[in-house]
Amino acid sequence: MNPDPTLTALLRSAVPQALLGAHQYQGQETVLVHAKELPAVARFLKEHPAAQFDVLMDLGGVDYLTFGKALKSAPSRSTPSPLPYYMNPKPVKDTWDRLVPDSAYRFEVVYHLYSSVHNHRLRVKVPLPSADPVVGSVTGLWAAADWFERETWDMYGIHFDGHPDLRRILMYEEFKGHPLRKDYPIYKRQPLMGPSN
Amino acid sequence: MDTARPAEARHMFLNMGPSHPAMHGIIKLVVQLDGERVVDSNVDIGYLHRAFEKDAEAGPYNNAIPYADRLNYVSPLINNFGYCLAIERLLDIEATERCQYIRVIMSEISRISDHLTCVGASAMELGAFTVFLYMIKAREWLWELIESVTGARLTISYGRVGGVKADLPEGFEAQTRAALREVRKVLLECHALLTRNRIFVDRMQGTGIIAKERAISYSITGPFLRGSGVALDVRKATPYFVYDRLSFDIPTGEHGDNYDRYLVRMEEMEQSMRIIEQALAQIPAGPLNVDLEGRVMPPMPADLMVDEAKMGRVAGFLQARVRLDPTLEGSTRGPHGAVNANEKRAVLPPKEDTYGNIEGLMQHFKLVMYGHGIRPSKGEYYSAVEGANGELGFYVISDGSERPYRVRVRPPCFTIMAALPELLKGGLVADIIPTFGSVNMIGGELDR
Repeated sequence: MNPDPTLTALLRSAVPQALLGAHQYQGQETVLVHAKELPAVARFLKEHPAAQFDVLMDLGGVDYLTFGKALKSAPSRSTPSPLPYYMNPKPVKDTWDRLVPDSAYRFEVVYHLYSSVHNHRLRVKVPLPSADPVVGSVTGLWAAADWFERETWDMYGIHFDGHPDLRRILMYEEFKGHPLRKDYPIYKRQPLMGPSN
Repeated sequence: MDTARPAEARHMFLNMGPSHPAMHGIIKLVVQLDGERVVDSNVDIGYLHRAFEKDAEAGPYNNAIPYADRLNYVSPLINNFGYCLAIERLLDIEATERCQYIRVIMSEISRISDHLTCVGASAMELGAFTVFLYMIKAREWLWELIESVTGARLTISYGRVGGVKADLPEGFEAQTRAALREVRKVLLECHALLTRNRIFVDRMQGTGIIAKERAISYSITGPFLRGSGVALDVRKATPYFVYDRLSFDIPTGEHGDNYDRYLVRMEEMEQSMRIIEQALAQIPAGPLNVDLEGRVMPPMPADLMVDEAKMGRVAGFLQARVRLDPTLEGSTRGPHGAVNANEKRAVLPPKEDTYGNIEGLMQHFKLVMYGHGIRPSKGEYYSAVEGANGELGFYVISDGSERPYRVRVRPPCFTIMAALPELLKGGLVADIIPTFGSVNMIGGELDR
């Protein structure tokens, strides 16, 4: 896997206003894009001859509501026993940062793009606010986005503007809430009572 | 009959599934029919949703390993290693060379058994019941291999972050070569029964066609995409484990129909066997187990060892290889080091150490007890392996705690199922069966 840092440079020169940030972690390249600009950036990435991302390998959501706050068990006053030296996380070469504050941007839609022509990959992330998370649909560019976006809507309640048929896909229609959100309790039960009518 | 009704009102809606013999697993297919022709169809999935991603977030990193088996339960080893690989990349550690070879061998065995199941079941649905029995017989040979290595046939939980559960058993190479000989014989027989069989060819050729461009647009990967003529394989494009040291070909079709996908799968099994044979020849030996005088120690059953020790005959026990109960097999010190990375913050100690000394006990405690465990630094990684159906991706985000913050699975057959309405459109009802068979839909990974 030999990522091409020119991809970020390419985006920086072509669509500087769309970029929120960019970083490389463990050899994988990531760009953060404004939600409004996403369809344009996606189109650019698909069509530009140096990028040619013809495969939307994956699309999914992330909820950063409790990010970094689940460290109940980290060595602290509540758990005084420190970890033995050999168990502490070895710092990896790169440092990672989300680049946007979790408080302002609770959600993120993550696109993993792959180019079968150049054999390179790029991760495009779109941070979204907690209230009314909307991003433009890319179903017009990649047919695979149809189901992926439906799943992300189903699991996170992120709305994809321009999606032809944004319905639940894994859960049933009567299901209340979005199960992969961090504030959805894992043990909550919603028995299926049969057809609603 | 009322002839004044509009044309589309004559269409019949046919429900296939959720419980239907030809729907492997549970999905619902609502087909709109004009006579025998499929006008349109709607795929309804989610019947097997078991909240894999939510569950993975709820527990420590290691807890998701058994769940990963249950994603694609026809080739569980590949899922297992895929998940472990993602965590390893996040931790920036690498498994030992011997372990990498073991992973390659076991993945390929799994891939062959997956393809055998897919082709066999598909053939059975087209009336070739003999082929199904032959292929299940061949799969049995492979599952016996898997059982001898992992202790289980289906839900193997063999991968570990930083290694695998156990080293290969004694005589594995000979056993594998014998099994591959049998599988080759079976494949030859099945080729004779199917490849030029008029009934089979008529139903497979020209059905379920998808063009290269559409397949790429649907993010279809794996044998399904290769059947459309795109030589894309994660093992070649971004080699992981030791695939770059092994030579194999990527078979491709040209028409993108069911028949080409069948041929691609048949050829891939042959290529997988090539990989296994090369890997068996190249695999570096683990440490030789010798006693204090330098004599090679044969593995000894644990109970026999206890009996010997009761009589005071303990000379050489320190280095001896113990054969434990099958559930603990492989966790002895010698082979443990050969197949696991030297990473105390991720790899469980050998059982002898857990029970035998304080460092081992502490290490075990710190990895297993609630609130402790593997703790990668903050970061994210998308790791892809070539599953039996296509690219199997694990996107893992760590927030520095002992639980993965997010585990996203990119299931290979999800995208193929999304393309199913397009594949079925314009075909006959009878074509649904071979097309759906060649998708190789696996409910576990489709619905997660």
